[in-house]
Amino acid sequence: MSAQTIAAPVAAPTVELTGRITFAQTVSHSLALAGRGFMKFMKSPIQLVDVILTPIISLLMFVYLFGEAMGGGNTDAYIELVVPGVMVMAVFQASVGIGASLAADASTGIFDRFRSMPIARSAPLIGAVLADIVRYVACLVTLVVLALVMGYRFGTNPVAWLGASALLIGFALAFSWMSVYLGMLIKNPTSVQGLMTILILPLTFASNVFMKETEMAGWLQAWSDVNPVSLVAEAVRGLLNGGPVAHGLYGSLIWMAAVVAVFFPLAMRAYRKSGPRPAVQVPSARSSSHRSASWREYAAPLS
Amino acid sequence: MSYAIRAEGLVKKYGDFTALDGVDLEVPAGKVVGVLGPNGAGKTTTVRILATLMRPDAGHATIGGHDIVKDAVKVRQLIGLTGQFASVDETLTGTENLVLIGRLLGLSRRDAKGRAVQLLEQFSLTDAARKPIATFSGGMRRRLDLAASLVGRPRVLFLDEPTTGLDPHARQEVWEVVRNLVADGSTVLLTTQYLEEADQLADSITVFDKGRKVAEGRPGELKRRVGGQVLQVRPTVATDVPLVSQMLAELSGHSPAEDSGVLTVPVDDPLLVAAVARRLDGAGITADELGLRLPSLDEVFLALTGHTPTVKDTEPAAA
Repeated sequence: MSAQTIAAPVAAPTVELTGRITFAQTVSHSLALAGRGFMKFMKSPIQLVDVILTPIISLLMFVYLFGEAMGGGNTDAYIELVVPGVMVMAVFQASVGIGASLAADASTGIFDRFRSMPIARSAPLIGAVLADIVRYVACLVTLVVLALVMGYRFGTNPVAWLGASALLIGFALAFSWMSVYLGMLIKNPTSVQGLMTILILPLTFASNVFMKETEMAGWLQAWSDVNPVSLVAEAVRGLLNGGPVAHGLYGSLIWMAAVVAVFFPLAMRAYRKSGPRPAVQVPSARSSSHRSASWREYAAPLS
Repeated sequence: MSYAIRAEGLVKKYGDFTALDGVDLEVPAGKVVGVLGPNGAGKTTTVRILATLMRPDAGHATIGGHDIVKDAVKVRQLIGLTGQFASVDETLTGTENLVLIGRLLGLSRRDAKGRAVQLLEQFSLTDAARKPIATFSGGMRRRLDLAASLVGRPRVLFLDEPTTGLDPHARQEVWEVVRNLVADGSTVLLTTQYLEEADQLADSITVFDKGRKVAEGRPGELKRRVGGQVLQVRPTVATDVPLVSQMLAELSGHSPAEDSGVLTVPVDDPLLVAAVARRLDGAGITADELGLRLPSLDEVFLALTGHTPTVKDTEPAAA
């Protein structure tokens, strides 16, 4: 760390002052940051344990615990109904984790670093959202393996399977912006997680995931008809089991576009305003912090 | 003279609380300015505004001639920031963190890697290059944080309390890094609560208090502005302290301050030292320490902001 070694490289500026960020740069920054998230998952795969265990438990529970009652005694028929539905529910649940992890990031200085760099403002959030594809893939792979073991059989071709995967991942990516927004707004990982869990309950349970809409009460059926979870489940069922796809698919795409249109700008606005605001806000309330203590300690000999 | 940083009338409010109340700041290119002040003085708010993390409610500022609000992207291409909070990724290694920053700044994978290796070497972090940050010591983290803010070779560097929370050894390491940067021509704005730090590193010091600039100047100027020399006496035998305190009070006409066996009293008359020496001698009291000194920056700060009693006003604690 001598003066000689540090001198040469630091002095010369390399950046050309362009003054703006292009769309191509936004994409490349987002991908670089998605790579950061991806690396983090690879380093501690324990972060994937929730997206692997939750769907296993859900599927086992619904098929063997409730399947008898709900499927009218026919477990095989019920598996066919519930597997695509549980896929939707599972990626949805996996998508809400992002708000909590971004809120945790926000409590460090990492976003300050990104915001002070000449990179696209949206890149850290888009990157984080994209990195979660790892979670969705892990979740879906687990479900497919378990479903096959339990006797589920695909009724369609691989192209349709890929289409279903794309729709499921797209749905999770779009809806994760709700969680991102809450994470940026609330900045408390535990609260974000709790709130999101409550929020997705009516969406997942008041849907056609576990029962046919024809068996629902009228008002519930009306809600389930427009519920995005039902619509995605309907399309995925069509793509995996065979059957109509269009209605569910278009409905899902409209929902996804609407959620992104609303929550992406909201999340970006909250992100711009976020950031640790240190002692400056309430100077007196932080007198026991170590920073304040260091000042006292320094001034102590004089008093 | 060209200014790397120039701010005029910066105001920032959080609800009713005024964090910045019209701050002006001018930092010539290639200089280090130390912004000094207690918690809540507005130091961090100033840095956050200048580093384009937040907008001022009033006033304007330029970095290298570029407006921090209108030309924020250009400003970001010129600056580096090391904040109070760790801005590196705990789970990634030193190299991975620096490569990511390099990639974001548009370096090729190969160049980003090269730059990371170079910086890790300069910051004596080569051994830790492959270890996750979570295993780093506080000083190593802060050095990596500094390295991360240097990947883009910034012309203006903001260091917000770079040594807060570090042990003295780690603090020295960070100081060394800052000194090398300065030797190199970078402009540095450094905030600190440690007067010693500002004294050690800064060409000039700006003192903030309650969102306002209360003083600025070279460390020596500030010391002189607060004025008066003080006489310090440390009696060899601690039980002599009350007696010596009484003598000093009689001779100087001021109540001495006492801390850990050292008595301090303002000096109005240069002959006081000789008079004190004679009295001590006559009473058969020996002193380990007897001398004049300029006020420390601690005292300067306290005198300028008036938060806590200055030496002159302090009643002797053990008299």
